Formats: sequence, C-alpha cells, structure tokens
Amino acid sequence: MSTRTTRFELKMGKSTRVAFGETLVELGRQDPNIVVCDADISKSTMTHYFAKEFPERFFSCGIAEANMVGIAAGLASCGKIAYVSSFSCFVINKGFEQLRVAVAYPQVKNFRVVGTHSGISIGEDGPSQMGIEDLSLVCALPGFTVLVPADEVATRALVRLATYHDGPVYIRAGRPNVPIVYEPTQQFEIGKAIELIPGDDVTIIAIGLMLAEAIRAAELLENEGIMARVVDMHTVKPLDREAIRKAAEETGAIVVAEEHLVDSGLGVRVAQVVAEEYPVPMEFVGIQNTYAESGKPQELLEKYGLVAKNIAEAARRVLRRKNKKC
Amino acid sequence: MLQKRSLEELQALCKRVRRHIIEMTGAAGSGHPGGSLSAVEILVTLYFDVMRHDPSNPSWPDRDRFILSKGHGCPALYAVLAEAGYCPVDQLKTLRKLGSIYQGHPDRRFLPVLEASTGSLGQGLSIGIGMALAARLDGRDYRTYVLLGDGEIQEGQIWEAAMFAAFHKVDNLVAIVDYNKLQLDGFVKDIMDLEPLVDKWRGFGWHVIELDGHDIPALQRAFAEAKTIKGKPTVLIAHTIKGKGVSFMENNPKFHGIAPTPEEVEIALKELA
Repeated sequence: MSTRTTRFELKMGKSTRVAFGETLVELGRQDPNIVVCDADISKSTMTHYFAKEFPERFFSCGIAEANMVGIAAGLASCGKIAYVSSFSCFVINKGFEQLRVAVAYPQVKNFRVVGTHSGISIGEDGPSQMGIEDLSLVCALPGFTVLVPADEVATRALVRLATYHDGPVYIRAGRPNVPIVYEPTQQFEIGKAIELIPGDDVTIIAIGLMLAEAIRAAELLENEGIMARVVDMHTVKPLDREAIRKAAEETGAIVVAEEHLVDSGLGVRVAQVVAEEYPVPMEFVGIQNTYAESGKPQELLEKYGLVAKNIAEAARRVLRRKNKKC
Repeated sequence: MLQKRSLEELQALCKRVRRHIIEMTGAAGSGHPGGSLSAVEILVTLYFDVMRHDPSNPSWPDRDRFILSKGHGCPALYAVLAEAGYCPVDQLKTLRKLGSIYQGHPDRRFLPVLEASTGSLGQGLSIGIGMALAARLDGRDYRTYVLLGDGEIQEGQIWEAAMFAAFHKVDNLVAIVDYNKLQLDGFVKDIMDLEPLVDKWRGFGWHVIELDGHDIPALQRAFAEAKTIKGKPTVLIAHTIKGKGVSFMENNPKFHGIAPTPEEVEIALKELA
C-alpha cells in the first residue's frame, strides 16, 4: 500500500452560475459577436451582468423557452455566437424539441445553452425547478458537446472554451456556492478528463458539485488505507475514453458520482465505455429513480445520498466486488 | 441575380412548378402535394420577384432569407429552388429516395441552400426572428420571410414568436400564412379553428395584410407594402386552395399527405399542360 500526502482542504468559492455570468460579460467585452438570450430569469442565471453592459446584444424572450432556443438558432445560423440561458429543467426540457430540430439536426455550430440551477441542490424551490434529467436529454442529441464545471475555476475555463468550440455546447451550472477544487492556473481541454488525486485501488469519477464530495470521500477512504483516484469528467460528451480505460485497467473498480438521475446520466455513459474497453465492477451514486423535495441544499444532498459518505460506501462496495473477483 | 419576369412569365413558372410537384410526389409515391400546390404563387413571387438573392452566390451575407416553416411543403420549394438555378432540375424526381438532396422534409445537411431544417411544425418563425435580429445587429438590410401552414399555427411556439417579434419591433421580418383551410385530419375549422385569424395577429401587434394567395400582383403589392411598415412585423394571411391547379386535388383533404397514383399523375399533368 502506497503512502501519500494529499491536500484535501477545500475553500468555499462562488457558484458556477455566478462564475458563468461573470465570464460571459468578460467575453462580451472582447467579442462583439456574442449575443445572449434569456427567459425572464437573468437575475438567477446571472446573464443580467451581460444584459446590463450590452443591452443591444441581450434579448429578453419572456417566459417562452421554445421560442428562445429557436431565435438563438437563427442568430447562430447568421454567424453570431449565441448563448441561451435558463434553469436547466426549463431550457432543456421545454426547449428540447427545438434543440433537436433547430440546433442539433441542422448542425448549428455557434449555439451555446447554459442550464443553471441543475440538480437537487437548488433547495427550497423543490422538484418542479430541479433539472435532474438534463444530461440524459442533451447527451441524446448527436453532435452536442456537454460540459459540467465543478467550481468557479472550471467554469471560467470551460465557458471560454465553449464560446469558440466548433459545434453546439451545453454547459450545466448550479445554484449554490461550491468549494474550489482547482488551482487558478489549471488548464482545461474539452474532452480531456482531469485526475485530481492519484490512486490505484479504486477510481471515483465525478462531475459538478459531486467532485468536491469525491475528494472528501477519497480522504475518508485514505484514512482506511484505500487509495482512491479522483477524476473530473467535466466533459460528459464526448467522454474521455482513454481516461476511463486507464482507470479500469489500473484501479480495477470504478464509482461514478453525479447530481443527476442515476439511470440516465454520466454513470451509464461511463459504464458503456467500461463495458466496451475494459470491464470492471462499477457502482453508481446519483438520484435514485425519484423526484426530491423542498429543503436546504445540504439537507437534500444528504437525504438523497449525494455526499462524501455515500461515495465512500460505494467505493467499499465496489472494492469488495473487485476483491472477490481476484 | 435573377432577371425581372413579367406576370405571364411568373404564371408560366407557377405552372411548371406545379408540374414538378406532381411528377416528384408521383415518382416518390409519397409526400404532400396539396400543401405544396397551395404555396406555389407565394414561393414563385418571393424567389422570382421579391427576394434579393443570387443563385451564383448562395452564401451571400446580404441575401434575403426564406424559411419554409411548413416543411412538408418542400416539393414546391425544391422545384422553385431548382428553377432558380440553386440545384438540379433533373434530380427533382429523386425526391424522398435514399441519398437524394431532396429529402422528405427540408434538410440543410443535404441541401445547404436551405436556411433551416424544418418539418417539426411551429419552429420556423422563431428561427426567422433570430435571422432578422442578426441582420439588425450587423447593420445589414436583408429581409427574412417565413412561410407558415395554417394548421401549423396551432402550435404554441408560433404565438410565443409572434409576441416576441412585435415586442422587439422586428420589422425586417414577414410571415406568410398559407391559409388553405385543410390539415391532415380534415378541415382546419373542424380540427382547431383559427378564426378570427386577422384579429389574432393584429392583437399580437402585427401589421396584417389579407389577400388571395394565388394572385401574383396582390402578393407583389403586399410584399412591397410590408417593406414600408416600420416598427412592427408584417404577416400576410394568404387565402389559398389546397391542391390548387389540379381539379381532383383542390380542397380534397386526401391529398394532404398522399401522392397521386400514376394515372392521377397523367390526368394532373394534362390539366397543367
């Protein structure tokens, strides 16, 4: 068993939605070609920073997400870099048919959709406002790139990369402030997973706010002598197949953790790659075939099994299966 | 750029386009002849008289944009684009066949001159608004035209778009409703009546022009009037006849989505000789 000195302490940072809004306005200053559409929710998605500075490039669409997606598709077809934003459950679910026919199918390249308030960590507003199936829906659209930043550093980097990406992009953001997991100098590449903590016993692949929980889980496991590798799969589509294959081959067990319905999100996508590349036991941490409820974000994450303790338990389970096989 | 055509030439073109529609759908054995035939004068007037475009330069940034939101009417659009020189006339009969550029519904991947891929009803007006806004942002004076089906405007997204275009004063946009009074299941008035249709669009803040959608001079006047309207979008409520030009197809719900048989093709082509 190897020893290591990992720094597990995490400082609290901004929410990914605030980091998105701030980055968007910075990009807007550099590039007059960027336009933004929002559906009466700009003060929550944080596109109101952009709206205030560039009112002529901001389009208030009212509470009409389907129309908003279509308009942005038209703007993008004429060469604009078009961002649309709302809560992920509204823009993805209500705009899905438009994302399919007006964006994905004709391959509108300059289109970016940002869904905020994703997952159950929005808290008190309850399930009608919680996007828990957005990854499943957007990953079903051929040609879409799907990004899930874990903290403010990742958000700033990924929004910049998404802006000039060659193809439509979905960025999933969240409501609450989240811990900072990255150094400010961290480099990101779309489609390239990042190993945050090395380890050879088991791999934890996580996204969004579950990445900080995965790091805490690795600390719990290390106290038991289990060295967990922690990987940020910030690009959910296309997946970093090589990072997944390496994790399977080198650690022999994988846990996937996501704030999304467990039977249609990142986990099943990773499992497909594992099955194709290098089958090993897997466990999945996510929302279990249910809708959540009102409550404080932390209370909800605990009640619905989305905290470090649950990831560590999944890691112990998968290790028992791995060891039985040996 | 296309040369200006006389009324007689435009009418002759309409007849040619109608013959193409019959031959294309007949050869395909499927498709939507009725709603293609009702839109012929609208499309011919746009592409051969009203719109600024250049078949030798299809990606010209200042070209006027056209979106066939009622995508099932694409045989008419394909025939008009082919007659204008954008794509081959001799391939029109490959409509709906594997690998054809003339897909069952408009598909930009196969025919890039199309401004949008359509077929899922209700979406074209929103896309057209986006294109009109881009013109405004870029200081370009191109105009955007969107052809809607009457049944199509039962879709809620159309009215989201209608509200938006008026509120944002998108006056470089013209919608045309091909009001042929029939949809797949029967007469529009029996499925989900649209009336009072003029009042609806007016109530949503649009400049409304009601006209006979087969009357080319009336269409020319209406499109010219639309250019003079500032501060609001314009919609043409074009009263048309589904299946126009072929006696047994006119006002016949059967020919919404059924192609003519070889015998019917023969009769229709005689009528359109």
